[in-house]
Amino acid sequence: MPTMIKVNGKPREVDVPDEKPLLWVLREDLGYLGPKFGCGAGLCGACTVHLDGQAVRSCITPINAVGSGQVTTIEGVSANPVGKRVSEAWTEIDVPQCGYCQAGQIMSAVALLESNPSPTDEDIDSAMAGNLCRCGTYHRIRDAIRKAASQKTAGGADVR
Amino acid sequence: MSVDTRALAADRRLVIKAMLATGGALAFDIEIAMAQASQPAAARSAGIAASRISAYVAIAADNTVTITAKNPEIGQGVKAMLPMLIAEELDVAWDAVKVEQAVADQSRFGEQFAGGSMSTPMNWMPMRQAGATARAMIVAAAARQWSVPATEITTAKGEIFHARTNRRAPYASLAATAAKEAVPAEASLKLKDPATFSIIGRPVPGPDTPAIVAGKPLFGVDTVLPGLVHAALLTAPVRGATLKSHDPKQALAMAGVRKVVVLRQLGHDDAPVDALAVVADSWWTASEARKALVAEWDNAGRDKHSDATFAAAASAAFAAKPATSVRKEGDVDAALAKAAKTVSAQYSYPFLSHATLEPQNCTAQFKDGKIELWAPSQMPNEGKELVAKAMGLPVGAVTVNLTRIGGGFGRRLQSDFMILAAAIAREVPGLPVKLILEREEDFKLDFFRPAGFQKLEAGLDAQGRLTAFRTHLVGFGAKGEPGRGSELPNDLVPANLVPDAELGLTLLESNIPLGWLRAPGSNALAFATQGFLDEVAAAAGKPLPEFMLETLGESRLVQPPKLPGVPDIWQPPAFHTGRAAGVIREVMARSGWRGAAPKGRGFGFYFSHLGYFAVVADCVKSGDTVKVAKMWVAADIGSTVINPMNAEQQIRGSMIEGIGQVISGLKVPIAAGQVQVANFDAYTLPRIDVVPPIEITMVRTDFPPTGLGEPALPPAVAAVANAISSLTGRRVRSLPYEA
Repeated sequence: MPTMIKVNGKPREVDVPDEKPLLWVLREDLGYLGPKFGCGAGLCGACTVHLDGQAVRSCITPINAVGSGQVTTIEGVSANPVGKRVSEAWTEIDVPQCGYCQAGQIMSAVALLESNPSPTDEDIDSAMAGNLCRCGTYHRIRDAIRKAASQKTAGGADVR
Repeated sequence: MSVDTRALAADRRLVIKAMLATGGALAFDIEIAMAQASQPAAARSAGIAASRISAYVAIAADNTVTITAKNPEIGQGVKAMLPMLIAEELDVAWDAVKVEQAVADQSRFGEQFAGGSMSTPMNWMPMRQAGATARAMIVAAAARQWSVPATEITTAKGEIFHARTNRRAPYASLAATAAKEAVPAEASLKLKDPATFSIIGRPVPGPDTPAIVAGKPLFGVDTVLPGLVHAALLTAPVRGATLKSHDPKQALAMAGVRKVVVLRQLGHDDAPVDALAVVADSWWTASEARKALVAEWDNAGRDKHSDATFAAAASAAFAAKPATSVRKEGDVDAALAKAAKTVSAQYSYPFLSHATLEPQNCTAQFKDGKIELWAPSQMPNEGKELVAKAMGLPVGAVTVNLTRIGGGFGRRLQSDFMILAAAIAREVPGLPVKLILEREEDFKLDFFRPAGFQKLEAGLDAQGRLTAFRTHLVGFGAKGEPGRGSELPNDLVPANLVPDAELGLTLLESNIPLGWLRAPGSNALAFATQGFLDEVAAAAGKPLPEFMLETLGESRLVQPPKLPGVPDIWQPPAFHTGRAAGVIREVMARSGWRGAAPKGRGFGFYFSHLGYFAVVADCVKSGDTVKVAKMWVAADIGSTVINPMNAEQQIRGSMIEGIGQVISGLKVPIAAGQVQVANFDAYTLPRIDVVPPIEITMVRTDFPPTGLGEPALPPAVAAVANAISSLTGRRVRSLPYEA
């Protein structure tokens, strides 16, 4: 039966089985290829998207659990000020190596900064520990989060 | 093809294999093929006309330059590095450069592989020559147009200048005529003085970074084509088992499932598999239907292998002489008999998986007797040949498009996934099919870093100097030939530095296929030899770095014994003791290492992939286990670090991988012929919370620049293990460390 979900602010109709994971609805039915398949079990974080602002593992989130919630993917995350700041910090610091995990890393980082605008290093490690980076870009992930956070706190308002 | 490659270390073997397959050579001819291809995609999409000057360079009307990156990008930074070399000698501003990924086509690009840390040493000169060639053609065109001698023309940042007549012009205005100029002889090319480099040596971000951050489709799994169908794969629990019977009815009854394809003895030629592939309208549907497949497998004795049987076989082997002698000099028994002190120990390490975050995948379309693939492959031209062979097609009927690759680490040097995808595509003619392995299948179908066991012995004289060294490696292989990553090189440090030395090898057979994992061979040999030497140094009453400096002796080139039947250009490289000592001294200075090290500090040195690396790690207790508090790295990869922005990433990544191999519990247990890891809950890759500060120093020496993807890893493994031994007072002789 067709259902409506909201992705990056737009209502989208999908007609898929209830248990189809959000990841595959996004990738196959709606054309959002940013969220990645890594493990299929919520272990690596490559599929991370936001559901009502919370970071969720879309590979283990069935579509019928999404309901009327707002889904945000990497493709839409820079529409919000924190997402924009994080994405810019990621680009300036050149965080990626292979890049496969980075969409998930950015989504987790944005969720962290939305709830905790000035995280400590411990806060960063604890919020990001669910996202694997096989190449080992962790230093730059920390740097990019600190940079995005400092722009917020330094300016007292969203930069740019 | 007559070269005997059996005794070669893995990285050299890889290079030779790749080279011989196409008749290339290390110093391959720089051949700039003229425009056969259409205009580059970047210019086309912008609606700007572009003139293609060579296979590597095209210049658009707005003076943007499209440079082709020929090698697969797996996160090693080659998509920036190779074009940087071209752009430097072409004399354009990096801001004006767009980078475009090449297709797999060795007639235009020569070797195109990501392995052996070879992209830098193989391309340092040829890519600069490619840039200089295109520049010379533009200069020649300008000289012709302006009727002035080419020698009076200068260039800078994509512009041509003639001072005497006060003329200037952008490259774009001359590109079309430049494309018709004769390709200049290599000997006539003038390369820049390194002191004038404006791109090489400066930090350059990855060309794909903005697209990655925006979530744009770049990777193999992101391939989308009209009419695309999807495939999931089921293979036997016991690697290599053959399909006895199967029942696809339940799977076929599911909505959206098109077909169940039986694949027999396909994949890599030394490890073919039987498999069932579900083809469906969506990958999720294929994956669900895969669970409904019923299959019976014939193990044919492959289930007799386990970690326990391997360990027992290693013990038995240690009681006897090695099956093969790799090096034998002097008389080790006599040297040990007269030594003031002797040390002996056994080391072991597990099978490891590559665990690339992007699972193995490939898209293939079989149409009109031709096949086209979109492949995240580290060795696409070999993959192309293997697909042609498996499909019974001429190589010319196979097209391979290179996607960005979500991690390689050596896994994608094996092109099994390309063959499997091609075979599935043949069963759905005309339709593009995208095969993605489930994580469980990705683990099952890996080619594993071989486990190994070593029995090491050393002798010290009255002054505590190393006089004799022997190791017996029990590794894996078949028919007397070591598997990938299980070779024992004949120039293993310190066997190449003492008069009495023996290196022996015994091989166990199993059903577990082996593969090259980042710094193959070296990643395990460094742990065993530098761990053991840490024990030997302690017996001599010296810290390991000082013991290493003493053992290295005066600065000189130590030539490895020549491998029979191998041309000089492919002989293993000489070992420079002075460069080794240089990085050891540097890392000691940076880490403040004087005299006896504080508790919890460990050291490791290794030379591999032409790079000299020394690492110091400090470990501290952390609850029930340990963690690395800080690491220092000193590296010598020659005169030039081409892209410092990426170099830092490669080295840090290697340090983190080293921490992972020692502390994070990485291992692939084998029981009853089955791989005992199915996902990242059991294969515990290092996460952000284990990562320490890492200080890096590049030691510049007057040698051509070499690669950085691999050689930092081996000493990291050793340094972390030695640090834990120091901290806990219990020698780490088996990986991974268990508290």
